[in-house]
Order: sequence, then C-alpha cells, then structure tokens
Amino acid sequence: MHRRNLLKAGAAVAAASSLSHAAIAQPAQNRVLKMVPQANLTSLDPIWTTANITRNHGYMVYDTLYGMDADFRPQPQMAEGAVTSDGGLRVTITIRAGMKFHDGETVRAADCVASLARWMKRSPIGQKLETFVDAVEASGDRQIVFRLKRPFPMLTAALAQVSNSPAFIMPERIARTDPFQQIRETIGSGPFRFVPAEFNSGSLAVYSRFADYSPTPTGRTSLTAGPKVAHFDRVEWHIITDASTAAAALQTGEIDWYEQPPPEIQMLLRRNRNVVIEAVDPLPLIGILRFNHLHPPFNDKRMRQALLPAIVQSDFMSAVVGPDPSLFMENVGVFTPGTPLANDAGLEALKSPRSVERARALMREAGYTNQLTRLIGPTDILAPSAMTQVGADLLRRLGFNADNAFSDWGTTVTRRTSREPVERGGWSMLFTSFSSFDFVDPSAHFPLRGNGTNAWPGWPNMPRLEELRDEWFVAPDLDAQKRIARELQTVAMDELPYIPVGAYMSMTAHRRNLADRVKGMALFWGLRRT
Amino acid sequence: MFAYIVRRVLATIPVMAIVALFVFSLLYIAPGDPAAVIAGDQATPADVERIRASLGLDRPYLVRFGAWLWDILRGDLGTSIFTNLPVATMIRQRIEPTLSLMIVTLILAVSIAVPMGVVAAWRQGTWIDRAVMGFAVLGFSVPVFVVGYVLAYIFALELDWLPVQGYTPFSRGFFPWMENLILPAVALGSVYIALIARITRATMLEVLQQDYIRTAKAKGVGQRSILFVHALKNAAVPIVTVIGIGMALLIGGAVVTESVFAIPGLGRLTVDAILRRDYPVIQGVVLLFSFIYVLVNLAIDLAYTLFDPRIRY
Repeated sequence: MHRRNLLKAGAAVAAASSLSHAAIAQPAQNRVLKMVPQANLTSLDPIWTTANITRNHGYMVYDTLYGMDADFRPQPQMAEGAVTSDGGLRVTITIRAGMKFHDGETVRAADCVASLARWMKRSPIGQKLETFVDAVEASGDRQIVFRLKRPFPMLTAALAQVSNSPAFIMPERIARTDPFQQIRETIGSGPFRFVPAEFNSGSLAVYSRFADYSPTPTGRTSLTAGPKVAHFDRVEWHIITDASTAAAALQTGEIDWYEQPPPEIQMLLRRNRNVVIEAVDPLPLIGILRFNHLHPPFNDKRMRQALLPAIVQSDFMSAVVGPDPSLFMENVGVFTPGTPLANDAGLEALKSPRSVERARALMREAGYTNQLTRLIGPTDILAPSAMTQVGADLLRRLGFNADNAFSDWGTTVTRRTSREPVERGGWSMLFTSFSSFDFVDPSAHFPLRGNGTNAWPGWPNMPRLEELRDEWFVAPDLDAQKRIARELQTVAMDELPYIPVGAYMSMTAHRRNLADRVKGMALFWGLRRT
Repeated sequence: MFAYIVRRVLATIPVMAIVALFVFSLLYIAPGDPAAVIAGDQATPADVERIRASLGLDRPYLVRFGAWLWDILRGDLGTSIFTNLPVATMIRQRIEPTLSLMIVTLILAVSIAVPMGVVAAWRQGTWIDRAVMGFAVLGFSVPVFVVGYVLAYIFALELDWLPVQGYTPFSRGFFPWMENLILPAVALGSVYIALIARITRATMLEVLQQDYIRTAKAKGVGQRSILFVHALKNAAVPIVTVIGIGMALLIGGAVVTESVFAIPGLGRLTVDAILRRDYPVIQGVVLLFSFIYVLVNLAIDLAYTLFDPRIRY
C-alpha cells in the first residue's frame, strides 16, 4: 500500500472519489513543474533587491530588450534591432510588434523608457550607462531613442546583463515607482505570469504559462537569449528550507527539481537512478577573501601580499564542494574561468609552491605586531561558511591574533558595512562567493572596484583599477577588452583588493524525466517532461 | 464566573503591552539591518541609507515604537519589509497549518498519553509500567527533528505510505489534510506524549492510594470505572495544567517540525522573519503567540471547574 492510498483505503467512498479525481488529474499533473528554489522568494521586485532568487523570479515574469547568450553575446529579445547613428551618439532600438503585458496591454516604447529609467538608478551597469546618457526617449510606440554624451559600446550588453538586477521591462505605471520603494504589482510580458493569489512567501510561489507570450522569432534558446518557449502550464516553487526534506521529496517524486542541494545531499541523490545531478551553470562560482583596507593590518599592501604563499585554493574549494576535483578549479584569477576575459596575468603568486612558513616570514617583514584581526562570516550560507572555516584555520596557523565572529547571514551583512576599527566592532577580513555572471567582466564586478569609500565593503582605494574599468566600458572590441582585463588582473593581484580562493561548480538535481534545461541558472523555458 | 472571565481578559492587556515592549526593544538592540540585506552586495552606503529611510528604520526608537503601538491599537500589525504584504495577511496564510498541526498533535497526544499513564499507574512495577516509562524517557530524550527524520525515512521514503512534506488545506478534504499531518503530529507529539504520560502516571498513583478508591473497590465497582471515572477525574487538574503549559512546548516544537516537514506555518514564518530581520512580521507573530498562550491558560483555568466542583471563580 502506498501513500495517498493509505488513508483512503480506510474509507471506501473517499477512496473511490479520490481515484476518479486522480484519473482526471493525471495529464494536468504532467503539465505542472514543482521545484525547490535556492532560497525563499521574499521580494517580488528585481530592481529593488539584488537577491538572485528575485532575479530568477524576474526572468519568469519579465522580458528584457536584449537577452544574453551562453557566450555572453547580447541578442535581441524584445528588441527587433538597433540602429546607431550620429557617430555612436544616438542609438534607436525598435521593439517587436504585438507583445503584450500580462494585463493585456500592449508593450510600448514608453513602458521600456520608464523601466530603463528606474533600472538605471539601481543597477551598477545601469548607473554607469546613465553617466553616458543625455536622454532616453520614446519615439512612437515602438522606438526607444538613447541620446548619448559619448558613445557607449556596451549598451546592448548592459541591457542584456544577467548579474543581479537585469533591465526588466514593466508597464509604465508600475515602472514609475520610486526605485527605492518596492513595486506593488507583478505584471510583466515574460513567458510566465505570476499568480499573486497563491503566493505564500516562505512556502509557495506559483506561475502560469502566459498564453499571449510571443517568443523572439530569431536565434536559438541560450541562457536568456533566443525563443523562450514554456512547456509547462504551471510552475510551482516550493520553499523547503530543510535539505534532507527537499532531497526526500525529490526522491519520492513529490517535486521535480531541487535547485541547489548541498554536497552531502548530492552524494545521497546520486544513488537514485531517477535523479540526475548536473551543473546548474557550465561556469563556476568564484570564492574570494576580502580585506578591510581601512584599518590595520590589511590596510598595508605588504600584509595582504604576505598571505598569498599560504593560500591553497583547493583547500577552500574542497571545503565547499567536497574532494571531487571535477567540481572545482584552482589558479583562478579575477574573471570567471572559461569566459573571454579570464587570463593568467599576475597569477604566479598563486601558482608558486605553497608555504605557510614563507607567509609568516613575509608577515614579519611587513611589520605585523600581533594586531587584533577579526574574521567575520556567516554560519548559515554554505559556501561562505565553509570558506570562512578554512580561513579561520589558516589564520591560526599563520599566527594571527585572530578574533573570529561568526553569525547568521543577516548579521554578517550588517557587520561588514561597519567601517570602524576592530576594537570598535569592525572587521579585518571575510570570505564570500559570487556567481559566474558577476565576474564575467568589470561591469558588475564589485570586489574589483577601487573607488574607496564608495566601493564594496572593504573599501580599497585603488585609482588604477577605476581607470582601467572606465577604459573597459569604452573599449572598441573584444581584443581591447581582453588587453584591459589582463592589466586589471595584474594590478589586482599586486594591489590585492581581495584574493581569489578558487572556483566551484554549483550542482542541481532533477528527476530524470526532465529534459532540455537551459543552462546557466534556474530558467523554466525550453524545459520539458519526457 | 463571567466577572472572572472579563477580569482575566482585561488582565491580558498589560501582559500583551509588556510583551510588545519587550519584543520591540529586543529587536531594536539586536544586530542586523534589513536595509543592508535588501540592498544587496553592490549597493552604496547611500543606497542602503535611502532604503532604510524608505522603510522608516532611520527614525528614533520612541517614534518607531509609538507608531507601531498606534497601528496595533487600530488593529494593524504592519507590513512586511520584504514581501510588502500586510503582516495580518501573512499570519492568515500561515495560521491554518500551525493550528491544524497543534490540534492534531494535542488530540493524538492526549488520546495516547492519558491511557498510557493510567495503565502504567494501574500496573505499577510491571513490565507495562516500565515500558511506558521507558517510552516516556525516550520521548523526552530524542529531539523532535530526529523523530521527524526517522518517521519520514520509514513511512515516506521507504514505505511510500505518506508524503514527505507539505500541507494540504482542510478545505480540500479531510483525508488529504490528515495525510500531511500524521508524521509531523507524531514527531511533535512525542515529547508531549512523554510529558503527559509521566504526569498522568504520577497523579494517578497518588489518587489510587486514596480511601475513596479503596471504598469503591470494596463496593465492587469495576476496574475500568474506578480508573477512568473515579480516579482519572480526580487526577485531571494537574494533567490539564500540564497540557496547558505544554502548549508553549508545542509552539516551540512547531517551529522545528514545520521546518522538517516543510509545513507553511507560523513557526517557519517566524524563523524566516528572524533570519531576514523582518521586524513587523516578528513582532506580529510573537504577539499572536503570546495572545494564544494567555488564552489557553485562561481556558485551562476555566476547565478546572469542570473537574473539581470545589473550584469556584
């Protein structure tokens, strides 16, 4: 006797009733996809917050003018194409005809202009774009005109960017919301419509296929580019915080897809012939050791460099994903391995023979005088927590006067914004990780910024990094970008705004009967049940 | 009696006020900043500050407390910082699973634990007594989440009799509703059963030594009648008290049980809200739990009159 039948067997009438319902419901069930996402969906505004789960929600509901393919080339999505004139100072994007929002309204250029205006206030690459822009205007219902102060070759790449807050298009009335306030309606023109009546944050988010969605007729489906064809009528995100429970639900078929099972659960799931484990993204996530550049000891470049001989990237990565070397990469620099800008400039310091003794000697030469050093880190987020534990051990072996402060993610995030010295609650170093998209290029690469007090926590003041970043934005072609990327990495590995501690694959688990998953992140078009 | 109930209900007001002040103050001094969590990694300090201001988190303590209290008095528990949903709506979404879990657990626990305790007292010193007490020690010793995992492994994963996780609303039928609640209720009830069984046994042992029990036996009253009519009714007051106190145990256990079985209840809502620093939700849920606890204790006090006619209010 199996579940669903146990109790029904005790009540014949109920059982008969249930069986008839089950028979009718069977085909519909096949058109429903149940998935456990990486985190709880709390905010529904992908511009207001940068949480990856909200970005993924955004890709369900909204569309973008340009999509990014797996080779990181922007491709027209809502856009039909773009025309550049006036020596690059005027770019006119024409949107496809016949696109509709989920409320039935036609998508107009005015909607796009309002959406981009809000996005440019919050997204880092959007903010950069705004500095190049004189005006963004609608011309008729289908044309968006960018009038630029200077040519901005990255325009379509910016509109297609995947990291954090993509340039999602919303109806004008919603997009006019203050960028620092949450939107109150979830209406997009994407392949799925959000079902607010069933939304229960912390438990369930439901999406239904948008019948009027018109996929781009060009290109092939790749990351966020190409036709987005939904094969499921209904997608349910079930928030299951307990990894064992989620794994059990996947094994019994109660759910179809578990986005991010931790390594120990992956080992368990590999034994199940109905479950497939594979990389979410063919590109890895990157771990970093971030220094606080405002206070001793790591405000001294020599102290930061002293740590280099002791950094064994495989130690950090095996703590995150386990000992299987196919799941992580060493000798990782500042750009995502496997992407066009990844290079080996300046990485000798990480490739030479590793030595804690050598690091200790360099610390002495740098004048380390037993200053208090505080490592902060979360205990409830898998990768940063694992790297922090390895880092704490390394500090002990190096002989630092270490005071470790581990807490939940919410506290760590707050604590890392403190610019106070260690004695007044500040911090010296932390470990965290970034997605492959974040480190593909300098546009959203926050730890590579050197803009002092405006920089990502740690606040390095490294003007050369900023100069190179600005040069990259106006680089005319990929070769020029690659040259700048090499120099950026050379400077970064010398100045050390942070130290890369390796790259690792994020694995996902789904039932074997799911096919054609679009690689890169949790995307739901293309995916079908076989 | 009516005057007593009114007095007790009125007495809940200062209790709730103290709870409100305590919870608000605790959250105010606790580390963590929802604005920083929302803003994300690339936000500048100015961005974080603007979000903090838009959420009203930059206002002084007394102003924020006053505004919150005023809203509470008007029946408005506030709006979630993250979901932008009214806290009352979020509680409404979550209250059915938690109440269902607590009610099923309560019924299960009382219907198992009381007979167990009675039988153990009746057969004091025998293997039955030792088995019941052994079970009680086990129930106390094994954490709820371990019981939950073991039950899920056996009955869901191996035997495939019951679902691993989730909750089906009662409106979709009794059996689907019950299917999702059996394992969590057994897991959560294990401690509760142990507690009630031990108290029932101890109280029954004391009552069974009383003269009127000996008299009843001498009069030839049947064993079942002696145990469940004469003895149990007189042993009921401490048992009912423990059931009431155990409600706190159930509320605490529900947080863990709801996580293990992915039940979308108030327990998980509380944990999620604490981890995110969603202050209005934490405050709303804690107030609600306090209110439930106060009401349950009032109900228990009133129930005493049913079991002991000497008690009058």
